[in-house]
Amino acid sequence: MSSVRDYYETLDYGPAPEAADAARGWLARHGGRLGHWIDGGWSEPGAGGADTFETLDPASGATLATVAQGSADDVDRAVAAARAALPAWRALGGHGRARHLYALARAVQKHARVIAVLETLDNGKPIRETRDLDVPLVARHFYHHAGWAQLLDAEFPGHEGVGVCGQIVPWNFPLLMLAWKVAPALAAGCTVVLKPAEFTPLTALAFAELAQQAGLPAGVLNVVAGDGRTGQALVDHRGVDKIAFTGSTEVGRIIRTRTAGSGKALTLELGGKSPFIVFDDADLDAAVEGVVDAIWFNQGQVCCAGSRLLLHEPVAEAFVRKLRARMETLRVGPPLDKAIDVGALVAPVQLERVKRYVAQGIAEGATCHQPSRAVPDGGLFYPPTLFTGVEPAMTIAREEIFGPVLVSLTFRTPDEAVEIANHTPYGLAASVWTESVALALDVAPKLQAGVVWVNASNLFDAAAGFGGTKESGFGREGGREGMHAYLVERGERELPVYGEADLVAPPGPAEAGDAPDAEMADAPGAAPGELPRVDRTPKLYVGGKQVRPDGGTSYPVRSPSGRHLGEAGWGSRKDVRDAVEAARKATAWTKASGHARAQVLYFLAENLDADAGRFVDRLRGLTDASEADARREVDASVRRLFTYAAWADKLDGAVKGVPVRGVVLGMHEPWGVAAVSCPDEAPLLAFASLVAPLLSQGNRVVATPSPRWPLAVTDLVHLVEASDVPAGALNVVTGDRDALAKTLADHDEVACHWYVGSAEGSAEVERRSAGNLKVTWVNRGRRRDWFDPAQAEGDAFLRRAVQVKSVWVPYGA
Amino acid sequence: MTPAPATVAPHPVVPAGPLPRNPGMPLDLDWVAAVRVDRSAAERRAATLTTRRSVKADAQAGWLLKAITLIDLTTLSGDDTPNRVRRLCAKARSPVRPDLLAALGMAGVPLTTGAVCVYHALVPAAVAALEGSGVPVAAVSTGFPAGLTPVETRIAEIRASVAAGAEEIDVVIHRAQALAGDWPALYDELRAFREACGPAHLKVILGTGELGTLRTVARASLVAMMAGADFVKTSTGKEPVNATLPVSLTMARAVRAYAERTGHAVGFKPAGGIRTAKDALAWMILMREELGRRWLEPDLFRFGASGLLGDIERQLEHHVTGRYAALHRQPLA
Repeated sequence: MSSVRDYYETLDYGPAPEAADAARGWLARHGGRLGHWIDGGWSEPGAGGADTFETLDPASGATLATVAQGSADDVDRAVAAARAALPAWRALGGHGRARHLYALARAVQKHARVIAVLETLDNGKPIRETRDLDVPLVARHFYHHAGWAQLLDAEFPGHEGVGVCGQIVPWNFPLLMLAWKVAPALAAGCTVVLKPAEFTPLTALAFAELAQQAGLPAGVLNVVAGDGRTGQALVDHRGVDKIAFTGSTEVGRIIRTRTAGSGKALTLELGGKSPFIVFDDADLDAAVEGVVDAIWFNQGQVCCAGSRLLLHEPVAEAFVRKLRARMETLRVGPPLDKAIDVGALVAPVQLERVKRYVAQGIAEGATCHQPSRAVPDGGLFYPPTLFTGVEPAMTIAREEIFGPVLVSLTFRTPDEAVEIANHTPYGLAASVWTESVALALDVAPKLQAGVVWVNASNLFDAAAGFGGTKESGFGREGGREGMHAYLVERGERELPVYGEADLVAPPGPAEAGDAPDAEMADAPGAAPGELPRVDRTPKLYVGGKQVRPDGGTSYPVRSPSGRHLGEAGWGSRKDVRDAVEAARKATAWTKASGHARAQVLYFLAENLDADAGRFVDRLRGLTDASEADARREVDASVRRLFTYAAWADKLDGAVKGVPVRGVVLGMHEPWGVAAVSCPDEAPLLAFASLVAPLLSQGNRVVATPSPRWPLAVTDLVHLVEASDVPAGALNVVTGDRDALAKTLADHDEVACHWYVGSAEGSAEVERRSAGNLKVTWVNRGRRRDWFDPAQAEGDAFLRRAVQVKSVWVPYGA
Repeated sequence: MTPAPATVAPHPVVPAGPLPRNPGMPLDLDWVAAVRVDRSAAERRAATLTTRRSVKADAQAGWLLKAITLIDLTTLSGDDTPNRVRRLCAKARSPVRPDLLAALGMAGVPLTTGAVCVYHALVPAAVAALEGSGVPVAAVSTGFPAGLTPVETRIAEIRASVAAGAEEIDVVIHRAQALAGDWPALYDELRAFREACGPAHLKVILGTGELGTLRTVARASLVAMMAGADFVKTSTGKEPVNATLPVSLTMARAVRAYAERTGHAVGFKPAGGIRTAKDALAWMILMREELGRRWLEPDLFRFGASGLLGDIERQLEHHVTGRYAALHRQPLA
C-alpha cells in the first residue's frame, strides 16, 4: 500500500476502481440466474432440465451468472410473441413509437452507470469506454431513432416496416450493437427477437427488463440468449421477416446461404482489416493517438479496427518510433479501473487466437514489438502489439486478428497507398491522416470501405451510416440509409407471382434443321432462286466489341406464337467471365462525371427514339405485341433512359449532422461491377429499367437480356456502340438467364446482382452470392409492371444502384 | 526468426539531477515550416487525457502536494504593494498548514511553491521576503503583457530585474512576429533576451490566446526553444483565452520534439485560468502522459496561478478530515 508521501514522490496513478455494487446487485436480485426475456417476462432458466451456460468476467475468470441456452422452442415462442405484438406496434404509428424510443433513451441515461459496469464486467473492456462511449452512444441511438419514428410517414412515404426481425449481435459492443439494431427496427414499426452473444448476454437482458419498466409493450422486444445453435434457430425460423447480423464474415456467409430463397431480408455487418494511412504531411503525434483509438480501443476487438498501418515512406521510421514510445504508456489491467487503457480479451478462445496469430507473424519473419511492461496475471490480458517488417502476403497482414495487434507496411505514393488499402476481401472502414484537404478528399472516395475517417478513427454516431462493402457485408446502421434496412416498399410483397407460362426457359443451342421462318428480316434463309441472306446472328457485346459466343453456338428465338425470328448467341460461363473482366477494367465509366454519364444516356435515348420504328417492328415480331403496345414500350424505354440520364448528376449524397465539429459526407458510390438478369416480358423496357439506373450511377454492367426475346436488346447494342458508351461499361450476354445468373452470382468480381426471374432463380442467386457476399436484389418470382413508373423506376432502383460511404472530416484551425 | 527489438523509452530520457540549460540552436526554418497540428485531433486527445486517467484518494493527495511545489505563486495586479507581496511570499514558504502536512504523513518534508512571480517593481520586496527559503523570484518582463515597448527598453527591463535579484524572467513575445511568420525576427529578439538574462532562467510567454491556430503555437514554441528558452509558457493571464489543454498539449509535444531532436529538456508553464485542484491534476496527467514523470519537477514544469493553491489546500483538508473545507480555514496569501 502506497502512502500519500509515496505518491508525492512517484506520482503513480494508484488504483481507481469503479464501484460494481449496483451491477452485482442486479445479478444478485436475479439469483445469479437469467432466463430469456420473452413476451414481456423472464423464462425460467434451466426449467425442465433445459441447457444453461455460464457467463464469465474475463478480467478474473469468475462466473457472473448462469444463463439459459436458447432452444428452437424458445426461439419459436419469442418469434410468436414478436409476431403477435406486431400489429399493435405498427398501428401505434410513428409518434407513438417515437415516445417509446424516447423513453428508452431516457431509461438508458438514467441507468447509465450500472449498465456501463455490467458491460465491463461481462466483456472485459475498460470502464472508460463503456462509460464514455458505449452507453452514451446507445442513448444517442435511441434519441436519434425516436426522431425517425416521428418522421417515418413524412420521410419514407410508400414504405412500411419489414416485420419481425431476428437480430444477432456480437460480444465486442454488446449493448451498442443491440441499440444499432433495435432502435431502427422499433422506429420502423418492426418487432424484434434479439440474440446476444453467448460471451456477453447480460446487458441485453438487463436492457429488455429496463425497456419494460420504460413501458415498451410486451413482445415488441424479445431477447433469447444462447450460442450459435440459438442463432441458427432464429436464422432458420419461418416466422422471421428479416435477419440482421453483426459478426464474423464466416458466419455471415453461412447466414446468407441459409436465408437464400426464404424471402427474408438480410443485412450483414462483418469483419474487416481496415487500413490506417499516414501521409508525410500528417500531424504524426495526432496520428499516433489515432492508432491508439483504432487498434487498442476495446482491445482491438473491433470489426472496424484500423489494423493495417500504412506508412508513407518519408515518415515511416519516425512514426514507428513515436508509436513504440506511446505503447509504453498504455496501461493494461483491470477494466473496472478508471485509469486503464486496455482491459481483458473477452474469452480464452480469443486470447488463444491472438497468441496464435502473433506466433505466426513472428514465424513468417515479421518483427514483433510489445511494451516492456508485463501484463497482469489472472485475467485474459494481452499487450498492445505492433509488427514491423510486414509484407502484404503475410498471414497477419491479410487476416482479421480481432485483437490488439497492428501490422505496419509502407507505401511510396497516394496511389500505392490506395492499392494496398484496397487489396483485401474486406471493406469496412479506413482512416486517412494528412493535413491536406485535397489529398484527403482525393483518397477517401477511392478507398473501398463503408466508412472513412479523415484525421480520426473509430468515431460513431447515430446519424452517420455505418457498414461495409465487399466481404465486410452490406446494409447500413444509422442515419436515413440505416432506416432503409428495416423498411420495405409497400406493395412489394403483394406483387403478382409469375405464372408457369411466364417462366419458359429458352430452348438450348440450335440444332441442325431448325430453320427460321423465311419472312423474318434477320432470317438467313432465302426464297427459291435467290441468293441466301448474309447470316446475321447477333453476337454478344463484351468490352465494347461484338463477339461470338465462346462456344460458337446460338439458339433460336421464337415469338410466343412460335415463329422463328432468328438466332441469338448462346452465352456460356466463359462469356460471363470475359464480360465481367471487361466491366472490371472499364473504370473510366465510374470515374466519369455525372454530367458525362448523363450525356451518354441521353445520346442513347436520342438514338433509340430516332430508330423507334425499327424497334417497334422488332418488338411486334418478338412478343406478338400490337403496334400500339410495341410503340408504348419503345416510348417508355426512351423515357426511362431519360429518367436515369436525368438522375446521373442528381443523386446527391448528404451532409450529416453529427455531434463533432466537422462534417460527415454521406457519399453515394457505385458498386463497381453490377450484374443484371432480365425477365422475359417487356424485353426492351425491362432491360432499360434495370440497366439504366445502374449505369447512371457509374456502375459497369453485365446484363443478360430477356432469354426468350433477346433480339430487341441485341439491336439496342448497335445503338449503344453509336452512343459513346465507353467499352466495357455495358456488356450483354444472351442465353439462358438462370444458367448465366449462376455464374454471375458466383463471380467474385461482381459486387451487386439484380435478378428478375423465378423464385428458384432468386434463391439460387442469393445462395451463390455468399461467395463474395455481393449485394443482391431479387424479385422472388414476383412480377413488376414495367410500364408503371411507380413500380419500375425511381428511388427503389436508384437507392440500390449505390452504396453510402460515410466520410468523417473533423476540422479546426 | 527476427531478433526481439530493443525496448524504447516512453519519453525523452532526462537525468534526475540538475539539468544543463538549453543553449538553443541555430534557427531551423525547415523544421518550423514542417510543423503540423490537427486541431480536432488535439482536442480529442486533450479531452480524453483526463477520462483515461484518474487519480484518487491517497494518490490524489500526493499529486496535489506535488502540484504545490510546481506553482509559480503569482500576483500581477496594478495595486500590488510590498506588503501584499510579503504576504504572498510567506505563503510560498509555507503553503500548507503544518497540521495538515502532519496528518498527510508529510511532516518534515520541506514543501514550498516553485517560485513567486511578480512585476519588476516588487522584485526587491519578494527577494527580501524569500531570503533563505530557496524559493526563486520570477519577474514578468519585456513590456508585459503586450510586449510592444521598444526592444531596447525590454532588454533593459530584463537586466534591471536580474540585477534586482530575480532568478527567472518571464518575457512575452511580440505576437505580431509570430502572426506574420517572421520567425527570424522573433528568434533574434529572444536570443537578445536570453543574453540579457545571463544566469537567470528565460521563460517565454507565447500569448497563445492571441496566436490564432495551434500550428502557430507549435511553431512559436519551437522558435523560442531554438532561441534558448528555459521554459515556454502559454499566457500572460491577461489574454482573453489563457491556458487550455489543447494548447498545452501542443506545446508539450513541441517540447518533446525539441528534446528528442536536440537532447535538451525545456520546461513548460501553463498560466492563467488554472484555478482548481482538478485543473491541476488534468495538467499533471497531460505532462505525465506526453512528457513523463521527469517533467513534473519544478525545473521543468510550473503552474502560473494565483488562486490554485487555495483550492488545493481545501482538497487536502477534505482528504484529511472527510469534510468539505472552507477557504477561510486556510491561511491567507
